[in-house]
Amino acid sequence: MSLFFNILIDGIAYGMILFMIAVGLSVTMGLMRVINLAHGGFALVGGAVAHWLMVAQSMSFWVAAPLGVAASVALAWPLERLIYRRIYGFGDLQQVLATIGLTFLMIATVNRLLGSTLLALPLPELLAQSVDLGFRTLPLHRLVVIGVGLAVIAGLWLLIDRTRFGIRLRAAVDNRSAASAIGINTGLIYSATFCLGAGLAALGGILGAEMLPIEAYYPLRYMVLFLIVVAVGGMGSISGSFAAALGLGILDTATRYLVPDFGTIFFYGCIILFLALRPNGLWGRTA
Amino acid sequence: MTRVTGLRVRGLNKNFGGLTVAQDINIDLPPGARTALIGPNGAGKTTFSNLITGILTPSAGEITLNGQDLRALNEAQRVKAGVAKTFQITTLFRDLTVRQNLRLAQQERDGRAQSWFRRADSWPEAEDEIDAQLAAFRLLDLEEMRVDDLAYGQQRLVEMAMTLMLKPRVLILDEPAAGVPSSDSHLITDAIERLPDDLAVLIIEHDMKLVFQVASSIIVLVNGAILTQGSPDEIAANQQVRDLYLGGHHD
Amino acid sequence: MSDTTLTPKRTRTIAGIPFLGEAILIAVVIGAYFLFPYNLAFLTRILIMVLLVLSLDLVLGFAGIATLGQAAMYGPGAYAAGLFAVHVSGAPLPGLVVGAVAGAALAFLSGLVLMRAKGLTLIMLTIAVASICLEIANKARDVTGGADGLRGIRMEPVAGLFEFDFIGKTAYWYVFVVVFVVFLLLKRLANAPLGQSLRGIHESPERMAAIGAPVYRRLVLAYTLGGGIAGIAGALAAQVTQLVSLEVYSFNLSAEALIMLILGGTGRLYGAIIGTVIFMTVHHVAAAADPFNWLFLIGFMVLGVVFCLPKGLAHLPTALTRLVRGRA
Ligand SMILES: Nc1ncnc2c1ncn2[C@@H]1O[C@H](COP(=O)(O)OP(=O)(O)OP(=O)(O)O)[C@@H](O)[C@H]1O
Ligand SMILES: [Mg+2]
Repeated sequence: MSLFFNILIDGIAYGMILFMIAVGLSVTMGLMRVINLAHGGFALVGGAVAHWLMVAQSMSFWVAAPLGVAASVALAWPLERLIYRRIYGFGDLQQVLATIGLTFLMIATVNRLLGSTLLALPLPELLAQSVDLGFRTLPLHRLVVIGVGLAVIAGLWLLIDRTRFGIRLRAAVDNRSAASAIGINTGLIYSATFCLGAGLAALGGILGAEMLPIEAYYPLRYMVLFLIVVAVGGMGSISGSFAAALGLGILDTATRYLVPDFGTIFFYGCIILFLALRPNGLWGRTA
Repeated sequence: MTRVTGLRVRGLNKNFGGLTVAQDINIDLPPGARTALIGPNGAGKTTFSNLITGILTPSAGEITLNGQDLRALNEAQRVKAGVAKTFQITTLFRDLTVRQNLRLAQQERDGRAQSWFRRADSWPEAEDEIDAQLAAFRLLDLEEMRVDDLAYGQQRLVEMAMTLMLKPRVLILDEPAAGVPSSDSHLITDAIERLPDDLAVLIIEHDMKLVFQVASSIIVLVNGAILTQGSPDEIAANQQVRDLYLGGHHD
Repeated sequence: MSDTTLTPKRTRTIAGIPFLGEAILIAVVIGAYFLFPYNLAFLTRILIMVLLVLSLDLVLGFAGIATLGQAAMYGPGAYAAGLFAVHVSGAPLPGLVVGAVAGAALAFLSGLVLMRAKGLTLIMLTIAVASICLEIANKARDVTGGADGLRGIRMEPVAGLFEFDFIGKTAYWYVFVVVFVVFLLLKRLANAPLGQSLRGIHESPERMAAIGAPVYRRLVLAYTLGGGIAGIAGALAAQVTQLVSLEVYSFNLSAEALIMLILGGTGRLYGAIIGTVIFMTVHHVAAAADPFNWLFLIGFMVLGVVFCLPKGLAHLPTALTRLVRGRA
């Protein structure tokens, strides 16, 4: 029972991190039809900046974390304008190549400035303590991650469902040319969406540093993981990403606990089976 | 048991979710048939063609060719059995030359597509056959052109020539003249008129001039069901058809 | 696309001279041998990589199968050849056959699932297959040596005649001959009905099915052939370096192979060669000059190719000719 509970809490927290990082990837893939292998780079940049602010500038976590997210957004905006905008029309492979190139540049930059060692993000005391739930004590950090994850999905839901931006975004996802024909500024929507995705990735990267440690090769190391969330959830689907991230988080955690030796094999095996049966993901649109 | 020749369709049905796009369709296409399938946009004409060629699976109904059940066969096997089609939107190997396009169809038909050592153009008789086919479609001058560089009407011809390389017994032409400028549409009509006599041809078309020129029998499809069928004269005289379909053209 | 693809009734050759390409290739290989006698190990690595990229060209350039997991077939070739040498025989040529069969077998089995997928899902599944292979090799340390790598490979002389020497002369020529033979066979394939039909599938699977081609089966066939060639590349690597590490399955290997192919130009075998040579050389020089920052250079190079030469270097002559003709 306690094992089951641990798996559940760790799995859900892990899933929330995956969701925060991958949701932007999913939406950009659904909206701009761009295969962005560099997406994990935005989580890296957020984590690396936060690390530097905390360690070298001895700022507190509470200041460094938002600044890390801001740095990631600040990088995403010009990148979208200058680079991504040009590759939207390219073929799959050209996109893969261009974004791998960008990933290399991000890795090289972090490597150059901060080295290739682990970039620790020490948790503030408040988060490092554990809470007593009566029947069990838990690291507060896990609960905060879960809380933030829920807040993010709620916020996204409000944004998509209740705002003018959301209406336009949905219109653009459904039919790009029609959306621009009726006067929706799709360029602006792309930029905003892209930056939002990058910011969320940075948030996930910073909060998830305990589970997915930040280091220069982060974007390559976890790229497959993020892409799997998108593929399983179905490109462009926020709720799909959420369900997929939670499911995969729990699955991965469970296999690690229960069959530690064959966890990864089992995990990938399940995913291959799933995607072979449902190539468009949970409830995704066709690619 | 009488031996049925040609394509025979009985009680064909197809639903997309709640939408019925083929409803109890019965059609016979004996060898030599020149049958036109007409009907308003969205009537289910392309869907019907896809059901016959195996791109879609029917919800119910029988499809046989010379007595052979086609439903058990996949798309490629149905081609081998003798059913071929051209697409409503020209579908070709755009980066290849006209000649290469024809050759690809030919090598599939002859079952040498998996041979991997000999050059594809080193079967002299096969090349002669391609020459003859190109000549028949007046494409000989264009054989070295990339298909993508051809005018649309010419691409339509290439698609017909290529499909005929398969030596089908039933040929479905899905709107062969659609998108072809009227100055070139006689090319299409000529090509259809020169099709082999024993070939069963189903022509899906909106261009009534073309239909009346080449078809000896016409089927009118509305909302997935056959409204009526008959000779061109009967259809032209049919008040229901005039109202429903031809009416729009005569206003 | 026509250096290696068919133009009817006429053999396409570079500048109209038959076998000029092959002659240049041989001349370059001989020249490199004398110019860089102390870098034979590196030159051999380039040749092996050329073979891997050629296998990717068959899969991706010809048949249009988007993959980021070519290492999944390179790895079994390496391990199978390595294990064969350790446990059965150190004869190189039978080892190659074993490697080829292992690569082809993995490609065939995974291809049965993969070839039903398209686009992003396909790319992802290919990555996943390679990741699983990596994990299996990692966990089966009794057999593979796990993270320590498979050691104890001792090779006998090639064909019983040519000892592997310390400087790597034999290895260089041995690898070159193997790569060259595969290259010639692929050239035949490109112009043969099978190669043409793969291009047909690449351009329009719908049309291919409509002319009666069993598209799925043929994709599995192409993937299996590509797997066999990747397996040979892996086997060569195992035999020449006498070590197989988990790196053979790494994502980086697959990604770099893809970069090299697109850099050179897909669908043309010479593109695979040019792209590999340039990438590996830049990598080598840059990494030697500044081991920490070569990624910058590779990154910029990749972006440069995508934006300036989207069809790869092998299309440069065509692009220039078109430009000149257009002006004339
Ligand atoms: N895959 C599908 N899923 C759901 N509905 C479909 C699908 N394919 C076609 N339809 C619907 O089936 C109906 C018939 O379409 P079909 O393409 O067969 O018409 P058509 O007679 O060929 O029209 P047109 O003259 O415009 O070519 C249309 O309402 C179309 O929207
Ligand atoms: Mg239609």
